[in-house]
Amino acid sequence: MNKTVNQKAWFLVLPVLVLVAFSAVIPLMTVVNYSVQDTFGNNVFFWAGLEWFEEMLSSDRMWDALGRQIAFSAIILAIEIPLGIFVALNMPKSGFWASFCLVLMSLPLLIPWNVVGTIWQIFGRVDIGLLGYTLDAIGINYNYTQDFYAAWATVIVMDVWHWTSLVALLAYAGLQSIPDAYYQAAKIDQASRWKVFRYIELPKMMGVLMIAILLRFMDSFMIYTEPFVVTGGGPGNSTTFLSIDLVKMALGQFDLGPAAAFSIMYYLVILLISWVFYTVMTNLDKRDGV
Amino acid sequence: MAKITLDNLAHSYLPNPTSEDQFALKQLDHDWVDGEAYALLGSSGCGKSTLLNIISGLLHPSQGRILFDGRDVTHAPTAQRNIAQVFQFPVVYDTMTVRDNLAFPLRNRGADATYVANRVQQIAQMIGMEDMLNRKARGLTADAKQKISLGRGMVREDVNALLFDEPLTVIDPHMKWELRTQLKSLHQQFGHTMIYVTHDQTEALTFADKVVVMYDGRVVQMGTPQELFERPEHTFVGYFIGSPGMNVLDATVKGDRAVIGGTEIALGKAFGTPSGKIELGVRPEFTRLSADEGLPAKIKRVEDVGRHKIVRTDVFGTEVNVILAEGEGISPAANRVAFAPEGVNVYADSWRIKAEGEAA
Repeated sequence: MNKTVNQKAWFLVLPVLVLVAFSAVIPLMTVVNYSVQDTFGNNVFFWAGLEWFEEMLSSDRMWDALGRQIAFSAIILAIEIPLGIFVALNMPKSGFWASFCLVLMSLPLLIPWNVVGTIWQIFGRVDIGLLGYTLDAIGINYNYTQDFYAAWATVIVMDVWHWTSLVALLAYAGLQSIPDAYYQAAKIDQASRWKVFRYIELPKMMGVLMIAILLRFMDSFMIYTEPFVVTGGGPGNSTTFLSIDLVKMALGQFDLGPAAAFSIMYYLVILLISWVFYTVMTNLDKRDGV
Repeated sequence: MAKITLDNLAHSYLPNPTSEDQFALKQLDHDWVDGEAYALLGSSGCGKSTLLNIISGLLHPSQGRILFDGRDVTHAPTAQRNIAQVFQFPVVYDTMTVRDNLAFPLRNRGADATYVANRVQQIAQMIGMEDMLNRKARGLTADAKQKISLGRGMVREDVNALLFDEPLTVIDPHMKWELRTQLKSLHQQFGHTMIYVTHDQTEALTFADKVVVMYDGRVVQMGTPQELFERPEHTFVGYFIGSPGMNVLDATVKGDRAVIGGTEIALGKAFGTPSGKIELGVRPEFTRLSADEGLPAKIKRVEDVGRHKIVRTDVFGTEVNVILAEGEGISPAANRVAFAPEGVNVYADSWRIKAEGEAA
């Protein structure tokens, strides 16, 4: 077959290039620009080199926020993934109740993040919130505005409530794609429930679970709105995750240079972890018989 | 291994079937003899998979009982029936090695490790996969996977029956022959009761000792390939088995004469005066072209299929096929078809009636 070479085809890519330039490249470059300059106001900037990067890398503040961030992502992944699988396994396979469950489970996903935060903020209040009041009434000392553990517990439970559905729905889709013959064969082979899960359901779900883990990791690593609404990063800095810290620095203190340097490193970390993750997962997937 | 008895069995997918039409499987009484190889043959939707799933316990029948060696297992779960089943599409445990796949049914039943190792080796040799035992099952070709499924079906020595649900559908044609031959020789070697569901007559006829032909939820005939060929009990059997199928012509029969479209022909045997919708069934192999006897026919076309020629003719508006041996010419004077008396069957309401004096 003869292929004609026509360089004019590049023009077809142009609209996308323009769009991506405006939505991603140009904003990112502004950030890069800020990260290597300093200002004393009046819109006068001068070159600062890698000073901000060095400062950020040696600041405890950023490392602490990163530590909290990693802990948060790890905890919610450790809860949401198994819980989502468990929910998916116990959902009805067909009929009215299957549709009912699907709708019910997608509800939290449809609520704007701000509203989720507000719901939990009120829900957890000791004076008027159902959860906070109840816990207080049965003698548990719960106050997310003052207690470190209460604040973390609230933020984590909120995220689990908000996002487990996503994992469950993805896992459910994976389960639905398993032909009946597999379950029948397992019955004939006298496989236990655990073995059915381990050798049939889990392998067939791996693909979607990978996507679920990746999505939940990226989202949780960038979390801002919900904890900001509920705890505002407190008490102290105990729930100040990377995004919250970044906003405080950039908009609260108006330290544009350090914040820009911080942003770039934050971005690279997410990119790096996601890439490592994806590579490891796809390699696991390809690990065919040798 | 066991004798399987179907007692008054019927199944409907509706909870409260009211008419016979609503039964996917109509009432059925049969014994499946221990150690024989059966093929369940029929077009799709005839109830053959339903029957298989009832035997394996994946489906509970609406009525009747199933007995294994006289023991009622109608409501016993699959695991307790001790059967093995191979499905239409290969079912393998992707993340396991081929070895673990084959060993799975044995290990789940708590078999001794050395026994498992030996048995797996033996089965691997049988299905020709010894050199792949340590490979993961994922990424193998469809026919390799199906071989593993077959192997997993055969790995237990004490199974009551081996069930196959169109197992060769996904296999390449040249592998089909090989696997079928292998199955056949395994059957001869181990004597398992085997039930093989298929819609492919060649598969059924080459594999089975007895072919069970199903039509519209009913077993219409159970017999050796030869019986099905020579004496189809139902016009469906005649039509479904054979290539091309049996010629079926509307007729009136009286004694040893039949009248078709006003032309009388001799049948060679007496059939009394049957009532109902009377048809004559003659296989193309027992039909010949003639210039001076039989029914007036118009030759429409001739198909040369290599071994022989198929002549498609028109007899009073009904298609009648004639098989001519290779090299046999068609005389220009041939404008009639004649039937060999030993190949003529008479049907009343689609069911074959016996000639007078024919052994029961």
